[in-house]
Amino acid sequence: MRDKALVSMSGVEKSFGAARALTGVDLEVARGACVGLVGHNGAGKSTLMNVLSGVIKADAGHVSIGGEPLDASYDTARAASLGVRTVFQELSLCPNLTVAENLRISHPSIKGFGWRKSARNVIADQLDQMFPGHGISADAEVGSLSIAQRQIVEIARAFSKVESSIELVILDEPTSSLDQNTAAQLVAFVRSFVADGGSVILISHLLGEILEASDQIVVMKDGRTVAVDAASNFDRDRLVRDMGDVLTETSKFGGRASTKQNAPAVISGGELTVYPGEIIGFAGLSGHGQTDTLVRIFEASQGARNTLSVSEPAVFVAGDRQTDGVFPLWSISQNIFVSSLERLTKGLAINFAQAEDEAQQWQKTLSIRTPDMKNNILSLSGGNQQKALFARALGAKAPIILMDDPMRGVDVGTKQDVYEILSQEAEKGRALVWYTTETDELKHCDRVYVFREGKIMAELSGDDLTEANILSNSFDKEDA
Amino acid sequence: MQRFLTPNALRTLLPVLSLAALLGAIFYLQPRTMSYFGLNLLLNLAVPIALATIAQMFILCVNDLDLSLGAFISLTACITATWLFDTPFLGILALLACIAAYGVMGALIHLRNLPSIVVTLGMSFVWTGIAVLILPTPGGSAPDWIRTLMTLKPAFVPFPIIASVVIALVVHIGLMRSATGAVLRGAGGNPKSVERAGWSLLRVKVTMFSLAGLFGVLSGMALVGLTTSADANIALRYTLLSIAGGILGGGEFVGGRVSPIGAVIGAITLALAGSFLSFLRLNPDWQIGAQGAILILVLALRLLISARENRS
Repeated sequence: MRDKALVSMSGVEKSFGAARALTGVDLEVARGACVGLVGHNGAGKSTLMNVLSGVIKADAGHVSIGGEPLDASYDTARAASLGVRTVFQELSLCPNLTVAENLRISHPSIKGFGWRKSARNVIADQLDQMFPGHGISADAEVGSLSIAQRQIVEIARAFSKVESSIELVILDEPTSSLDQNTAAQLVAFVRSFVADGGSVILISHLLGEILEASDQIVVMKDGRTVAVDAASNFDRDRLVRDMGDVLTETSKFGGRASTKQNAPAVISGGELTVYPGEIIGFAGLSGHGQTDTLVRIFEASQGARNTLSVSEPAVFVAGDRQTDGVFPLWSISQNIFVSSLERLTKGLAINFAQAEDEAQQWQKTLSIRTPDMKNNILSLSGGNQQKALFARALGAKAPIILMDDPMRGVDVGTKQDVYEILSQEAEKGRALVWYTTETDELKHCDRVYVFREGKIMAELSGDDLTEANILSNSFDKEDA
Repeated sequence: MQRFLTPNALRTLLPVLSLAALLGAIFYLQPRTMSYFGLNLLLNLAVPIALATIAQMFILCVNDLDLSLGAFISLTACITATWLFDTPFLGILALLACIAAYGVMGALIHLRNLPSIVVTLGMSFVWTGIAVLILPTPGGSAPDWIRTLMTLKPAFVPFPIIASVVIALVVHIGLMRSATGAVLRGAGGNPKSVERAGWSLLRVKVTMFSLAGLFGVLSGMALVGLTTSADANIALRYTLLSIAGGILGGGEFVGGRVSPIGAVIGAITLALAGSFLSFLRLNPDWQIGAQGAILILVLALRLLISARENRS
């Protein structure tokens, strides 16, 4: 192993208008090491990675890769030739192309006669190696894959070996849509990749994953690094403290008592029953029917006839925010109050003053990081966009809230705030149905339904609600 | 079964079925069309429409819409019937300039981030204006070699069918199967990701618009080969026909989802719809409306298919 740093960044600054995203960041990545990068939503992690991968240019500062200083002409093509690969937080596959064709997009050297076959082989081998049992065909159109599968494909694509060298892979929230099993496969692969001399920068809000995968951890806050140390010197508490939060998480599984089953159920059908005031968790490996069930509940609430009967209106917090979450042309506040139009309308006109007021309050409650709620929604970082979607759902007065893995890319501090808000909403008698890929979040639920292959395998509550029970019901008994 | 009925397969299958249904109806109404001569006559005008639809498809593929295509094809038809006939060298130069102009239009739309609908709508008046200057009154004549090509009578299979198959296959291989084609289509599906991978979106746009220009020129030439003369308004209805054909053939307005084979089939379906309605003795005034009805019918079927797919 050469001990010279592969990447060294110093004094990197970047502003977007009035907002200072990076205020002089230093970062070093050694060869054969995995650097974990943590921090709040909007701390500047993604911006820093965009600078490193050539998507945006820094206003000031020095960056060198492999000892070679980079000048103003540095761009994504140059990054690729230096062996820098990036998995961006916002999924960046072409949905209209197949998995193999998407490999070709990022690897210009795949061309000529028979390119389809070689692309197919490369990506299929990579998928098999990294995620055994992935079940994705190289000829599948990406648009027909689930969000977790798309994320898997994108990660595999970044690690694929074609002619060009591969020195550094930047993973920006790679596991946000993955279930625990798949995320563990990724961590294992990252360890073997750095053991072979490659470098990885891993951004994640799942602290356990960061601690497990990284050699070194860098904590960012407000556009600069606040702590750099070997991973072994960190633990959960210190990470959270350095990020500027106090870990108040004391709840344990089954901590919430389920005693609200006096009123008539708001959702019922098959094995599924939900009473007002409850927080219901959907667990299991991703893509095993949890999202479909949420959608069916939503459709039933809209009057569609299916096997479920839903007695009250429902709102939906989308997890796949790009596809069915944000209105990309609208401002943040418009994105929030679109669900409350009925309430905010007087006669024929929308009461914009009140709408903006409410948006301001949400900004405070959820600490949405923006100078102005009238900015375009896409000016927010990914996690902050997700907060806006939360505000949209909470603002609507529907008694049922359906959440499709809503905490994707949301930082620890905000998550705790949201948990608090969720339990307050439940107190008020709203029913919450919550699909999550993070087992820890199920601690906040009264009851949990574990899904496998589109069916509910178990209903857990009270003392039965343990991580072991959730896991054992997620897998086929024969596998486990 | 699941494997066979992928979204892609269904998208290609539906246009084929609608064409088969229409052909069946025509053969039933007028059995004499079921012959070499009959098919030749039925499908003659499908060739320029197919070329125009392919041109529009290139534009649709990068999430744009070309409202000037009909005017542009009229212009190239006028150039073909005058300059290309009188002074072939000047004619070829002018047609090449037309293709280049399309490329520039693509560059302008990309660089200034303009809505393509506005730019092309504006340009349609420019094309028509130039066409009127070149050929103020209907007339001109078709260059012999084009005339000969368009009236070829190959053995067994009528020329329009061969031409359509060749057009569809060439574009299919170029756009759907080649490595470059994947990038071009990818730019319609997720431009940001293609740009981040180091490709120039400007080059993609210019390429696609130039290809559209090329096929527009070919369409104009084919049209003159059939009609033997031109006028400045000869192909105005091709704008909407080409959009309808592209969508009918399984394309979508956004997202880079296009199908060259489907587009050619869609164009033929629309061309046949006219004949079908004449065989029904329907007043020509109603034909445009009836073509619209066919379009709505096929699109409704497509929606049903995707709805069923979502449910399964």
